[in-house]
Amino acid sequence: MEKVAIIGIGQTKFGEHWKYSLRDLMAEAGKKAVDDCGIAGKEIQAIYGGTMSAGRMIGQEHIGALIADAMGLTPIPSTRVENACASGGTALREAYLAVSGGHYDMVVAGGVEKMTDVYTDQASLALGGAADQEWEVFFGATFPSLYALIAKRHMYEYGTTEEQLARVAVKNHHNGALNPLAQFPFEVSIEQVMESPKVAEPLKLLDCSPITDGAAAVILANEETAKKIADTPVWINGSGQASDTLALHDRTNICTLNASVVAGKKAMKQAGVTPKQIDLAEVHDCFTIAEICAIEDLGFVKKGEGGKSMEDGMFDLNSSISINPSGGLKACGHPVGATGVKQAVEIAEHLRGEAGKRQVENVEIALTHNVGGSGASCVVHVFSRGGN
Amino acid sequence: MPHRKSLGLVWRRIPQRYRLMGTKCFTCGSHFFPPRPWCPKCRRKGKIEKHKMKGRGKIHSYTIVNVPQQGFDLEVPYILAIIELLEGPKLTAEITNTEPEHVSIGMPVKMVFRKISEDGDSGIIHYGYKFEPELKE
Repeated sequence: MEKVAIIGIGQTKFGEHWKYSLRDLMAEAGKKAVDDCGIAGKEIQAIYGGTMSAGRMIGQEHIGALIADAMGLTPIPSTRVENACASGGTALREAYLAVSGGHYDMVVAGGVEKMTDVYTDQASLALGGAADQEWEVFFGATFPSLYALIAKRHMYEYGTTEEQLARVAVKNHHNGALNPLAQFPFEVSIEQVMESPKVAEPLKLLDCSPITDGAAAVILANEETAKKIADTPVWINGSGQASDTLALHDRTNICTLNASVVAGKKAMKQAGVTPKQIDLAEVHDCFTIAEICAIEDLGFVKKGEGGKSMEDGMFDLNSSISINPSGGLKACGHPVGATGVKQAVEIAEHLRGEAGKRQVENVEIALTHNVGGSGASCVVHVFSRGGN
Repeated sequence: MPHRKSLGLVWRRIPQRYRLMGTKCFTCGSHFFPPRPWCPKCRRKGKIEKHKMKGRGKIHSYTIVNVPQQGFDLEVPYILAIIELLEGPKLTAEITNTEPEHVSIGMPVKMVFRKISEDGDSGIIHYGYKFEPELKE
């Protein structure tokens, strides 16, 4: 297998981009990534583009070709990758596999979602497509309600509190306030989270990630190419992916996202690291309870201890493990297909020492964790600056 | 809701949504709802037959939904739960004939046949299962 590095990164501002289309956003992120590594663009041999629901959101399918066209990269092969909210992470993994398998020297992994061209209820309906339409959504399930079912059971089994969940939002907004590309760059208090409108109890509005437009892109290259082009290549040391039942209720234990456990173990095993060695992680906090589950399922703390350790500040910026320095999905925003790629952009900035006010100190090993649906898909990557 | 308006979509799930018709593997004894056509544990050695669930179980987890799914606006707030059936499988359904403050994890419930939602004023009416407290008279 070839060693693979991220050599170029690009991300748009996340937010409500009423002036820009999906094509505009993807082209901006792609151009930033190309400019970042100083290539002309024609060196790129393939494109993997993650998007969840362009068909429902803007009526446009065939996003692979659209990206190649928008970036001026035709006629290279370009493929859309869809894995619900893990579309971006899966696109990154497909790109990684293609380079690591020796098929290409240099490829781009992009992610994009344009969500504000439809009304909120239409966007929610499209996002519901990540759940089981026949056996969950038909009976009245919404996305927040599925994570609320996880939260309620987590509280029952382990004594997790609503204040501990709120602490996730407070931390991620604190980080997001330091991120110029975040959708919500401002702080919130525990009280503001607790008093925000109820969505699906125990989850409130400020426990939920927002609807967002945005795009991100990373350029990957094999070792020989990376060393020629990049001053500070960011190595991908491990890549893991796993699946689970589409419906939450079909899982033996709804408080554990087994796909996270399996994907995390695979990625960390390949990278030869343990959870304790991770300095920084971008995890999938589509809802506050999702971050609690993620830090447990990835092995940063024991199952059931996520809420308490969150309350103790164990995952604050520059604490034992900095979780979601970007602000996470909660504060940075969640343009669904872009999120998994944005996580890699964020990691690369920290490993290069270019993350500005939110820079995590002494980062050697970092991890991204991208979940689809209520946990039916998960992709985990492990990165380092030093190499294998 | 274009994905729900097809009559075929509604009609082909009648046995499951009206009668909790699932399957059972007679090799390992596992029950499946919704029905699986083959047993993930026994695979080739599995012996799958139709099996109707009794419609009794207990609440595994629940939530009070304040921001509804489209088509459920009139129900707000509604109680949505994961129910563990006596036979083992779990499913997602509304809890009816009670109030949120009376619902708890572990509470015994039984299936009732109800209208679930409708596709607007002149669209298809969807029927299926909800669950109510077992002890309710």
